[in-house]
Amino acid sequence: MESKKSEGESSRSRISALVVDDDAIIRKIHKAMLQQVFNMDAKSVKDGKEAVDLHRCGANFDIIFMDKEMPIMDGHEATKELRGMGVKSMIVGITTRADEKDREEFLAAGSNHCFEKPLNRAKVEQVLHDHPNFPF
Amino acid sequence: MQNMEVDQMQRQYLDYIKSLFLEGFLDGQFLQLQQLQDENNPDFVVEVVSLFFEDSERLLNDLTFALDQKGIDFKKVDAHVHQLKGSSSSIGAQRVKNCCIAFRNFCEEQNIDECLSCLQQVKQEYCHVKNKLETLIRLEQQIVAAGGSIPTMEFSF
Repeated sequence: MESKKSEGESSRSRISALVVDDDAIIRKIHKAMLQQVFNMDAKSVKDGKEAVDLHRCGANFDIIFMDKEMPIMDGHEATKELRGMGVKSMIVGITTRADEKDREEFLAAGSNHCFEKPLNRAKVEQVLHDHPNFPF
Repeated sequence: MQNMEVDQMQRQYLDYIKSLFLEGFLDGQFLQLQQLQDENNPDFVVEVVSLFFEDSERLLNDLTFALDQKGIDFKKVDAHVHQLKGSSSSIGAQRVKNCCIAFRNFCEEQNIDECLSCLQQVKQEYCHVKNKLETLIRLEQQIVAAGGSIPTMEFSF
């Protein structure tokens, strides 16, 4: 599959992505997909606190894929924390239920999108399509 | 002769994987997984499936233990089912995922009998999909050992 191409994109550096999920399988799959299908520079951490700590140390990502239910710090808590720190990345919340309450919580915390697992090509394409000026 | 043998194995492989989709064991997510396997990640599918097996067996043991307690902690049970649902849906193990959806609902209701029934069902579905995936991987390895390449499946949903 070709990665998304648009005018001027070839002159931009790769989109940097962070996958935040407590499940090792999901981290492996999502990272591989973002790297291979979308040519993103993808990293992963295993919970919301690690994501927040990474940003406190100065890391910055164009896009963050944030799982909802995680030990230590949930996805929407981490999203609130990151927005409170002034992080302007695109944040995509990933839930495990088709539950409106989870979606509302994520969006209220400051995420830009919310999808039900699994993350797949079509969903990532939708995010990129909905934000033609991304990365911000 | 060798080409005929490889052709036959490839046909057998395609028939087998199609049956897994038609019977609902796997869904499109598994195809996406296969598409992530390339010369830089030649064992990607086997690695992910192996992780899924390890993880699932641990979670099923944890669930059995948690549901065997006098005072069941449904939050803990739900957390384990949540994890299993997440990983099964990410590899495309559709029937396991669907069992987990029902299981989570009964956890919310704190319905012990239904939770125990769900546990048996999810164990069964996991055993089925594990056998199917092991067979699939074996067929892939046989094709590669015979000098062939693993055919890709077109499947419309």
